[in-house]
Amino acid sequence: MSPKTLYDKIWDAHVAHEAEDGTCLLYIDRHLVHEVTSPQAFEGLRMAGRKVHSPDKTIAVPDHNVPTTAGREDPAQMTEESRIQVEALDKNAKEFGVHYYPVSDIRQGIVHIVGPEQGWTLPGMTVVCGDSHTATHGAFGALAHGIGTSEVEHVLATQTLIQKKSKNMKVEITGKLKPGVTAKDITLAVIGETGTAGGTGYVIEYCGEAIRDLSMEGRMTVCNMAIEGGARAGLIAPDETTFEYVKGRPHAPKGAQWEAALNWWKTLYTDEGAHFDKVVTLKGEDIQPVVTWGTSPEDVLPITATVPSPEDFEGGKVEAARRALDYMGLTPGQKLTDIEIDTVFIGSCTNGRIEDLRAVAEVVKGKKIKDGLRAMIVPGSGLVRAQAEEEGLADIFKEAGFEWRLAGCSMCLAMNPDQLSEGERCAATSNRNFEGRQGYKGRTHLVSPAMAAAAAITGHLTDVRELM
Amino acid sequence: MEKFEKLHGIAAPMPLVNIDTDMIIPKVFLKTIKRSGLGVNLFDEMRYDRSGNEIEDFVLNKPQYRKAEILVAGDNFGCGSSREHAPWAIADFGIKCVISTSFADIFFNNCFKNGILPIVLPQEQVDLLMKDAEKGENARMTVDLEAQEITTSDGEVITFDVDAFKKHCLLNGLDDIGLTMEKANAIESFEAKMSQERPWV
Repeated sequence: MSPKTLYDKIWDAHVAHEAEDGTCLLYIDRHLVHEVTSPQAFEGLRMAGRKVHSPDKTIAVPDHNVPTTAGREDPAQMTEESRIQVEALDKNAKEFGVHYYPVSDIRQGIVHIVGPEQGWTLPGMTVVCGDSHTATHGAFGALAHGIGTSEVEHVLATQTLIQKKSKNMKVEITGKLKPGVTAKDITLAVIGETGTAGGTGYVIEYCGEAIRDLSMEGRMTVCNMAIEGGARAGLIAPDETTFEYVKGRPHAPKGAQWEAALNWWKTLYTDEGAHFDKVVTLKGEDIQPVVTWGTSPEDVLPITATVPSPEDFEGGKVEAARRALDYMGLTPGQKLTDIEIDTVFIGSCTNGRIEDLRAVAEVVKGKKIKDGLRAMIVPGSGLVRAQAEEEGLADIFKEAGFEWRLAGCSMCLAMNPDQLSEGERCAATSNRNFEGRQGYKGRTHLVSPAMAAAAAITGHLTDVRELM
Repeated sequence: MEKFEKLHGIAAPMPLVNIDTDMIIPKVFLKTIKRSGLGVNLFDEMRYDRSGNEIEDFVLNKPQYRKAEILVAGDNFGCGSSREHAPWAIADFGIKCVISTSFADIFFNNCFKNGILPIVLPQEQVDLLMKDAEKGENARMTVDLEAQEITTSDGEVITFDVDAFKKHCLLNGLDDIGLTMEKANAIESFEAKMSQERPWV
C-alpha cells in the first residue's frame, strides 16, 4: 500500500460514495451551526419538507451577534435584526431537535471553542460549520473546514458534503520558539511567507518540533488561521497532548469505546515517504513576534520592522499596498513600534482560550493599561470565563483596567455592539484585518495575546520581549 | 437553481487583488434571514459613502457598468469568510460570472450553488479580458459554458476549464440535495459500517 498523508487517511475513512470523475460524498461526523449562516438553510429544509438527517451530530450555538455585556439576556441589548437571527436559531434548534447551547447556558461561546471544549471534536473526524474558521478543529487531527449556507443545508439534509479531494501541503516549523513567540506568531509568519492565496486548493498539515511542543490551545490558534493562508483546512496529527486534552470531556468516548477510539487515533499520522504537493519550512528560532500593518493577513512583519512602501511589492500588490497604507493611515518607513493605538481587543476563536488569557495576565499583572485606552477581554466561552475567574486572571484584568466581558465573537467581526469607530486603531488577537472588519473604517493590527497585552500597557504597538 | 448556459453581457473591471468577502458584503448585511435583496449592498463600503450616496468613481456606479453581468477581478477574489451572502449579493446585483486568476475555495464553491460561474484563467488572459472590460458598455463579452469559451468584444476566443460535475449542475440548474438523496443507499450503508468500526462517533 502506498504511503498516505494524514489528510489522505481521514479522507479515505469518510468517502461514502465516489463518482467516476472523483466527485465524492464525504460523510460528516460533526456539524456545528451558528445563527448567521444557518437560517436560510433551515428555511430550505422546511420548504422542502426535509428533516435534519442526524440531529445527534449537529450542535448549535449563537455567537456572532450576541452582546458580551452584563444583562444580555434582555433582548433590548440586541438590534432587532440580531435578535431575529438569534431567535431563529433558538427556534430552529428546538424544531429540528439538534444539540443547543443558548445564551443563558454557561457552556455557550464561540462555536469553535465550544466544540473542542465539550468533546464534540475528536481526532479523525470530519467537522464542518458555516464558518471559515472551522479550520480550528484541525488541531485535533480532524478534517475540518468552513462551508457556505447551501452546503449547510446539504449537510443538514444528508450528513454528507459533495467534495473533490484537495492537494496536500506540508508546513513544517522546525526547532524551538524563542521566548515571547507564540502560536499566533507562527501562524501569521506562515501566512506572511505563503500569502493569503498560498494554500488555495490545499489542505495543510502543520508539523515539526515547534508544532509538537504546542499545547492544544496553541495548535487551535495555528489551524484556525489556515483559512487566512487560503487553505480550507489545517491539520495537526493527534498525539499524547491531544488525547490528554480530549479525555474526560463530556462528549468524548469512555471506557471500552475510549480504548477503541484511541487505537484508531494512534494510526492517524502521515506515513514515511507520503507525497506532499507543496512544502513550506520555517525555522522556529527565526520566527519573531509579528504584527500586521495592512488590510490583508499576509501583510505581516516582525514588530522590529518599519512600515513598507508600495514600491516594495510587485504586480497587483503594489496598488493593494497603497490602498492599505491609505486605509490604515500609515507612512512608509515609520517604525511599527511607533504606531499608537486606541483600542485593544483580546478574544475570538483564534485567541479566546484559557491559555491566551494566561499569557495576557502574565504581561499585565500588577500593571495598568495606558490612560484613555479602550481595552476589552472577551473569553471564548462561558467556561473559559469561569476558569479565568477561578484562576484569579479576571481580577488581574480588571485591576489593570480591562473590561471583562461575556463570551462571544464580539469585536472580531463586530456584528454585535462591540465595534471600532471610524479611524479607531486596534491591536487585536483576532484573525482578519480586512477593511471594515472590526467596524466601518476601523483599523486593525493582528497580534498575539501577549503582544496585545503589551500594547495595552504602553498605548502603542510594542515588542512584548521588552516587557518580559 | 437558475440555469447557466450562455451569457452575453457587460464586463466590469476590478483589478484590485485580494477582494475579500467583507468588501463584497460587509457584515452589517449578514443579519438577514433571507437570501434575496442583497444586491443593493454589494461592495457597500466601496460603493457608497457614509450617508449612503454613491461614490462616483467606484466601477459599478459608473454609467457604463451599472448593468454589468460579468466581473473581471484581481487575484484571490472572495478570500475570507464562508458567508454565502457574498455570492447571493453578486447574483442579486445581476452578475452571473466572475473571472480571476484565483478564487478562495469556499467562495468558489458557493458560486456554483447560486448559478454563478467563477472562471480561473492565467494572468495574461485575465489581463486581456481586463483591458476588454475597461472599454465599457460597448465591449460585451460572451461566456459560453457548454463550449467552455469566452469571446471578447474583438472576437478573440479564450477557452476555460470547469469541473465536469459542476458544469453539469450549472447547465441544468440542478439541486445538489436532490442529487445526493438519490444516493441515500450509499450513505446508509456507510453509516451501518461506521457504527461497527467507529461507534464512538
